[in-house]
Amino acid sequence: MRDALGEVQSVLVLGGTSDIALATVRKVVARRGARVVLAARKPETCDSAAAVLRDAGASEVHSVAFDATDFASHEGFVRATFDRFGDFDLVLVAFGVLGDQARAEHDPGAALEIVQTNFSGTVSVTVPVVTRLRAQGHGDLVLLSSVAGERVRRSNFVYGSSKAGIDGYYQGVAASLATSGVRVMIVRAGFVHTKMTDGLKAAPLSVTVDAVADAVVRGLARGREIVWVPPAMRYVMVVLRHLPVAVFRRLRL
Amino acid sequence: MIAAPELLSGWGRTSPTLATVHRPDDLEHIVSQVAAPSPRGVIARGLGRSYGDAAQNAGGDVLSCSNLDAVLAIDVEKGTVTVESGVSLDTLLRVLLPLGWFPMVIPGTSYVTIGGAIASDIHGKFRHGSFADYVDRMRVVTPARGACMLEPEGDAKEFWATTGGMGLTGVITEATLKLQPVQTSRIVCDTERTNDVDDCMARMLERDHEYRYSVAWIDCLASGGHLGRAVLTRGNHATFDDLAFSDRATAREYMPRTLLAAPQWIPNGLLNPLTVRAFNELWFRRAPREPHRVVEGIKPFFFPLDSVRDWNRIYGPRGFVQYQFVVPSGSERVVRTALQRFSAARVPTFLAVLKRFEHDSRSLIGFPISGWTLALDIPAAPELTPLLDGLDELVVEAGGRVYLTKDSRLRPELLAAMYPRLDNWRSTRAALDPGNLLRSDMDRRLDLSGAGRRGA
Repeated sequence: MRDALGEVQSVLVLGGTSDIALATVRKVVARRGARVVLAARKPETCDSAAAVLRDAGASEVHSVAFDATDFASHEGFVRATFDRFGDFDLVLVAFGVLGDQARAEHDPGAALEIVQTNFSGTVSVTVPVVTRLRAQGHGDLVLLSSVAGERVRRSNFVYGSSKAGIDGYYQGVAASLATSGVRVMIVRAGFVHTKMTDGLKAAPLSVTVDAVADAVVRGLARGREIVWVPPAMRYVMVVLRHLPVAVFRRLRL
Repeated sequence: MIAAPELLSGWGRTSPTLATVHRPDDLEHIVSQVAAPSPRGVIARGLGRSYGDAAQNAGGDVLSCSNLDAVLAIDVEKGTVTVESGVSLDTLLRVLLPLGWFPMVIPGTSYVTIGGAIASDIHGKFRHGSFADYVDRMRVVTPARGACMLEPEGDAKEFWATTGGMGLTGVITEATLKLQPVQTSRIVCDTERTNDVDDCMARMLERDHEYRYSVAWIDCLASGGHLGRAVLTRGNHATFDDLAFSDRATAREYMPRTLLAAPQWIPNGLLNPLTVRAFNELWFRRAPREPHRVVEGIKPFFFPLDSVRDWNRIYGPRGFVQYQFVVPSGSERVVRTALQRFSAARVPTFLAVLKRFEHDSRSLIGFPISGWTLALDIPAAPELTPLLDGLDELVVEAGGRVYLTKDSRLRPELLAAMYPRLDNWRSTRAALDPGNLLRSDMDRRLDLSGAGRRGA
């Protein structure tokens, strides 16, 4: 159970190798320790993350296999995970791919891979997760979204549209869970320095993984529904969102 | 019986969870509900005055016992009253006071049920016993035995596991309480200011024996030479002769009234070090400089906060925690250290309450032990975790404990050290509820029952 001061006892990370998720959970377990379950396509790739979390204070760390694009497996995966580990106080949905925009513009397979991981896969696993959270009557569900979805840009519109879709979906999930005892938080981060963005030119207002983790922890403590990282991104996006198409295009974003 | 999903939290308004709330009308409903609850178990709830998560059950069933509100019998020869468990102290006082009877132990609010008072083995400003010490017998519905009567001597194990047992041994449906005769509904109350916490404790030790009730309100924001400056109020039941002539016609009137209600919505942060410091200063200045005696009513003396309905809202939507610990006599330094740390951390806390116990609770996981108990309300914030966890260590070292009824944030690892009879309680509990049907969020959080169920 999450206690009155926000300390959680059990965490499920979907996308157990995510840099942002790892940094976030590290901060969470450093306070009181907690049981952590890392779900990733290849559980053995979580070993170093697991070691880091144990060092940081996690009382237990488990790795389980989860394939975001194997939709048929999702219901069974969620049932088995909740049955084995019991209630989760915090579920962090952190998997996703950036993909190759240039390739995705010509190769339907490449475009679909991005959409199927970031959107379809997230929807597919979220449905049974929500069912279990609803049944347990408590818990926090956190989606790592992106500002890329707020106004989709020329330079990464496949990724951006997948994030726009999942962000919208989670807004609906949040509304549907409003009186369920389950809280939903959407984290809209700008450019984050992670292994996913390694080698890319950093965008303005770029942030570190640690900054995102801090924002997630703070957002949970305050019961926020939407968190922007950095906070200024919110106002940048308000402007971008309302620019006329002709102007927006000329910015060549 | 209507059942509906409802978000429930404790009085601190933190960590709300969803449960199916049933409002049983009679014993039969309760027996069937306890025998076959939802897969996530069942817990009883009274008026929801536990500060934390003791009377909520995420995803499971909650039996809200407020319909069990009959005062069944008053035995004027023995001085006892038999009530259903959903009867509130407020109701009970309205019935008893005009007849010249009064409960032995009265807490800081009249809006608790008798069932809750027993399940928490509550205490008050009376130092020589807690609520369960004056329960003659009670009816409890347990999964293993159904409805059964428990007496403190005949069924000692089960009785003292249920009192203070946080509802995890069964649902209390009826109880017979010992009463004390009183001549009036007034208290002769002496008030004095103390310079600091040492002065306060010294005065309590020196003259508490002259009073039935004693409490000190401490200004936690005072520091330096005024650390723990306090207003000490102590009292005895007034006799008829103590009353002014004009009051004698209403000598046994309860005079309950709600003066104010807190607004529906109040922002976070209304209580900050500035506003709270100002309030505490006023409170201290309002008390007379020299010891002063007045005759006052039951309500202002015992239930000062009851006059503001829903006062818990003033902490805003994030809610608050109450931290209450007890340490044995001789560990006064823990009280002082706690006050120093709260003062240094500039935690915006209203008055802390300092009281003494001169008895040990007989309940297996009951709270009182002879010594000092300090309680204070603090707006919920993540920064409190290290502060309170640190104080818990001092409390455990001194052989003390925190009060489960107030708790919403204790580290589960400390439970066994704080409650040395925990194993005894767990085995008795397991015999009454072998299938672990009785569950609460507190049990999930602290693993009180030791079933190690990790939620579910």
